[in-house]
Amino acid sequence: MSAIKPLAMRDALLQQLLQAMGQDADIFFTCADFGSPVLDRMRAQYPDRFINVGIAEQNLINVSAGLALEGYKVFAYAIAPFITMRCLEQIRVSLALLSRLRPMNVNLIGVGAGYSYVVSGPTHQCYEDLTVMRALPSMSIYSPADHVAASALLAPCLSKAGPKYVRLDAQVLPVVYEAGPPDLARGFHVHRQGGPVVLVATGYMLHTALRAAEQLAGLHRPVGVIDFIDLTGFDAGALVQALASYAGIVTLEEGFAGRGGLDALMFDLVARHGLAARVLNLGVQGGYRFDLGTRAELHEQVGIGLQSVTRSVKRFLQSLADDQRAHPGKTVLERVD
Amino acid sequence: MQASVAEFSGEQAQQPLQGQQLRDKAHWVWRETLRVHRHAPETRLASSLSAVEIFVALYYGGVLRFDPSRPLWAERDRCIISKGHGSICMYPILADLGFFPAEELSRVCHAGGILGGIPDPVIPGYETVNGSLGHGLGVATGVALGLRGRGSARAVFVVTGDGELHEGANWEAIMFASHHRLGNLNLVVDDNRISMLGPTDQIVSHQDLGARLAAFGWQCESVDGHDVEAVLEHLTRMKAATGGGPKALVCRTHKGHGVPDLEDAPLCHVINPKPQLLDELLQRP
Repeated sequence: MSAIKPLAMRDALLQQLLQAMGQDADIFFTCADFGSPVLDRMRAQYPDRFINVGIAEQNLINVSAGLALEGYKVFAYAIAPFITMRCLEQIRVSLALLSRLRPMNVNLIGVGAGYSYVVSGPTHQCYEDLTVMRALPSMSIYSPADHVAASALLAPCLSKAGPKYVRLDAQVLPVVYEAGPPDLARGFHVHRQGGPVVLVATGYMLHTALRAAEQLAGLHRPVGVIDFIDLTGFDAGALVQALASYAGIVTLEEGFAGRGGLDALMFDLVARHGLAARVLNLGVQGGYRFDLGTRAELHEQVGIGLQSVTRSVKRFLQSLADDQRAHPGKTVLERVD
Repeated sequence: MQASVAEFSGEQAQQPLQGQQLRDKAHWVWRETLRVHRHAPETRLASSLSAVEIFVALYYGGVLRFDPSRPLWAERDRCIISKGHGSICMYPILADLGFFPAEELSRVCHAGGILGGIPDPVIPGYETVNGSLGHGLGVATGVALGLRGRGSARAVFVVTGDGELHEGANWEAIMFASHHRLGNLNLVVDDNRISMLGPTDQIVSHQDLGARLAAFGWQCESVDGHDVEAVLEHLTRMKAATGGGPKALVCRTHKGHGVPDLEDAPLCHVINPKPQLLDELLQRP
C-alpha cells in the first residue's frame, strides 16, 4: 500500500512550479491551449506571467524564446507530440541554436508520453519524441517514471541553462519513489540489482520493468532494473559502473525500437565504453497502428506489454546462456544459477 | 531601471543624421555593400540592397537606442533582423558604428571571421539566429511581451522581407501581438516583392499587405523604402506611438536597387552581377 497518494505528473510538477512563481518573479508560463486544474489557479494568481498562445505551437516556442532572451525562466506547456514535433523548426533555430550564443532557459513540458493518450490514436500518442529531441545537441531530456521524480525536476529546470524537454505521462502512475526522489545528479536510479541481465527503462516502462523483474524473480531468474530519468546529463561513469557486471542489457521504452531513442543511447554507451554486454532493445515494433484497446493491450500488440517483455527477456537469457555454451571461454554469465 | 550618465555615453557618441548627411550615408552603405559582395560573392546582394535605407534610417537616424561597446546593453532598443541573407548591408553599418573592427569586412565568409553569408549573433549587434526565415517576428513578439512585463520603455523593431511572410508562423505571431496589444512592437517589411524564384505576386500574392496587417489589428503605414528621409520620418512616428497595438511599416522597395543587371529582375536573388560591373559601380562617386 502506497503511503504517498499517486498524482498525475503534471499536477505534481505544476504545483511545485506555482509555489516557485510566488518567490521568483522571473518565471513565465506559456501554453498552447492546454490546461490542468493547477493552471487555473496559476492563471488567476499570476495573470501577467501566464500566457495561452492558442493552438499555435510554432508561436509558443518563438514567444518563449523571446521571453527567455529577456531573462525569464520559461515553462512552455503542451501535448508531447505537438510541443516536440509540430514546432521542431522553432525548437531547433530559436532554442537549440540560439541558446548556444545567448543565455536562455526554456523548459518544454510535454504531456502524453508514449501511449498515455490511450484512445486518441497515433497523433496524440508519442513514440518519436526522444529520438527527435536527442538529435538536438543542446537539448536536455528528462523522462520521469512517477510524480515524485517529475516534481523533483523543477530544480534543474530552474537552475540549468539552455532548452530542456520534460516528457510527462498523462496518466496517474504508481509511486516508485516512496523514500524520496531519485538522485538527479546521477540521472538514473537502480531499483533492483543482481542476475545476468539488467532492464534499463524510462518513463512508464519502468513500471513494466519492475513487474517483469518480479515475475522473473519468481521463476528464479533475477534481473536488475534501472530507471533512466536524465537522458542527456546522466553520470556516464556511474552508469557504466552500474552496468559493468551484466552480460545483457535490455532497454525498455515507449518509443519505436531501433530508431534513435533510449536504445540508441544505450548502444552508443556500450560501444563508447567498451562494455562486453549484449543489448536487447525493446520498443514499439511494427510502426504506426490505429488499434483501440487498453494501454496494456496496445503494449502487447507492439511488443512492450508485460507478457511480451517477460517472454523476450527469458529468450534473451536463454540466448546468452547458449552463447556462453558455444564460447566457454567467455565468463560473462558466471552469475547465472 | 535607471541608467547612469556613463551608460548613455555610447549612445551619445552617435549623433542622428538627417537630410543630405543621411542620404549620403545611405549611398555610402549601398557602395560598401557592393564592396562586401565583390570580395565575398557567396553573399546575397539583391535582397541586401533593397533594405539599405531601412537600416540606415534605423541605425543612423536616431530611431534605435544602442551602445556599440555593449551590444546587449539592457537599455538598448531591440532590433531583430530576420531577413536571412538579405541584411549584408548591416555589415558595413555595424563596423562603421563600432560594433566590431572594420577589418572584419575584409574577411567576410573566410575562416576566422565573424561575418558569414548569413548573419548570426556571433556578430555583435545581431539579436537572433538568421537563415531560417519566419522566426524573427515570433521571437520579437516574445521579447516585446517580456519588456512590457518588466515595465521597460524600450522598443522592439523587427525587419522582415515580404517573401518571408509566406511562413505561417509569422501569422501566428501577428495574431498574438494584436491580441496582446503590444504597442512596443514595430514590424518593418522590406517589401521588394520578389522571393527566390520570382515575383511574390505570381507565387502567393500578399495582395495589399498593409490592408492584411490592418485586418489583423495592426496599425499600418507604407512608404517609399528608398526615400531614406521618409522612412526615417515614419519610423520615428511609429516608435513614438506606443499607446495602441503593434505597428507595421511596409517599405516599397526594389530588390537589387541601383544595380542595372539586378534591379527588379525576377531571378535577382540568385544572380551575381559581373565583377566588372561591380568595379565600375564602385568607381563612380
